[in-house]
Amino acid sequence: MKYMMFVCSDTEPDTDTTPEPDIEVWVAENDGAGRRLDGSALAPPASATTVRVRDGQLLVSDGPFAETKEVIVGFDLLECADLDEAIEVARAHPMARNGRLEIRPLIDL
Amino acid sequence: MDDAAARAASEAAVEAYPRIVAALIRITGDWTLAEDSAQEALAMALGRWPSEGVPDNPGGWLMTVARNRALDVLRRATVERRKLRELAVLALTAATDEPQEEVVDDRLRLIFTCCHPALALEARVALTLRTICAVPTGDIARAFLVGESTMTRRLTRAKTKISEAGIPYRVPTGAALGERLPGVLAVLYLLFTQGYNADGEPAFAEEAIRLARLLTGLMPEQPEAAALLALFLLQHSRRTVRRDREGRLVPLDRQDRTRWDHLAIHEATDILSRLRHQGPYTLQARIAACHATAPSLDETDWPLIAACYDDLVRLRPSPVIELNRAVAHGYAFGPEAGLALLAGLRSGGALADYPLLVAAEADLTARAGDRERAAVLFRQAAESTHSESERLALLARADEL
Repeated sequence: MKYMMFVCSDTEPDTDTTPEPDIEVWVAENDGAGRRLDGSALAPPASATTVRVRDGQLLVSDGPFAETKEVIVGFDLLECADLDEAIEVARAHPMARNGRLEIRPLIDL
Repeated sequence: MDDAAARAASEAAVEAYPRIVAALIRITGDWTLAEDSAQEALAMALGRWPSEGVPDNPGGWLMTVARNRALDVLRRATVERRKLRELAVLALTAATDEPQEEVVDDRLRLIFTCCHPALALEARVALTLRTICAVPTGDIARAFLVGESTMTRRLTRAKTKISEAGIPYRVPTGAALGERLPGVLAVLYLLFTQGYNADGEPAFAEEAIRLARLLTGLMPEQPEAAALLALFLLQHSRRTVRRDREGRLVPLDRQDRTRWDHLAIHEATDILSRLRHQGPYTLQARIAACHATAPSLDETDWPLIAACYDDLVRLRPSPVIELNRAVAHGYAFGPEAGLALLAGLRSGGALADYPLLVAAEADLTARAGDRERAAVLFRQAAESTHSESERLALLARADEL
């Protein structure tokens, strides 16, 4: 199954001070195992642009700027056997401790 | 057929039910089809067996009926040959007398899937009741104080999540098992308390015991599962005397101990005598066993209870456990020892106005001999509790002083 993993910041990061996993190692391991198909960090929300079409009119605006500090800072596209495997991949990501990860399955349309 | 025979028929059917649902889910991957087929077989059994007698192999009978129903549905749809072939084989294995190793595994798979942490806690409890215990959706809805259609939607959403999110139909192994088992036990515990509360569904406590027994049988190497079963048995042993005719709570020291279920208590202490570790459920069960085997409140092994609470606080620190620990110390080492711990807990702030803390303080104050202050404290606790039966019990204590 394919899962989109949103990498998010969180207002209550882990207080544990033991060294956290290295992102380079995480990427190399999961790329090597064929579990990570794609992924990247994202520029901050201040760089976001919103696009809408209403009644044939293109509406472009700055933002959105969420009031919250919990924002998506990156993504990884995963290929896993099932949710348990995706959870194991997510738990080893450094942002599982610094922020949080949201896993959503892709669906075939 | 008399009532006993009818009950035996329904017990045999309910016992066999989860095995059938679990096997059909594994093969078809379709929760709704599996449940509907098993439900139909169950209904047929409950209709026929009381008058015709329970077949020699009730599980095999039910499996065959459910399997045929599932086959019918799948044949009408276009389904891969592999599933149909596996289903056809299923009745053969079911017809042999004893449950197969693989079939036993199926029930365990079902429990772990229903209790997966990616499902909401309430959905886990509801799904467990529906899928493993065959409890009607209407009964589950009543226990959760929602309408039947709401509960049906919740169950459907949970099943959809299982298939869409790819929650595996599998018992975790290795380190993952240790991480996931406490979650499963917590669902069972919640189920039990649902049955135990004044306005709960009493049958749920029995279901929780049935599930704990099943889990203990399937995972004999997991001491906390056995400890949870012992804890349930001990609490349940007081079911007929813990409330009076008007539904008011009867305190432990006023209960007729001869009417406790001593068979259940014996089973529980037997389980505990074989456990060597110090998990949270083991400690709670040991505490419950001290109460259950004591001839009276004063002849209870309070020092052992206090020691168990000392360990439990270290393992699972929580204000409520600290409160119970203070009471145990008060009974074991004199009221002043308990009152000192309560004072510390009160200054911590977490439970400052908690009615049970005030009630505990009142009880220990009375034991220390200050009846006047104890009566004031009992009334104060009665004022702040939200439970009517608790309020009446506390006022009665105040009046006695």
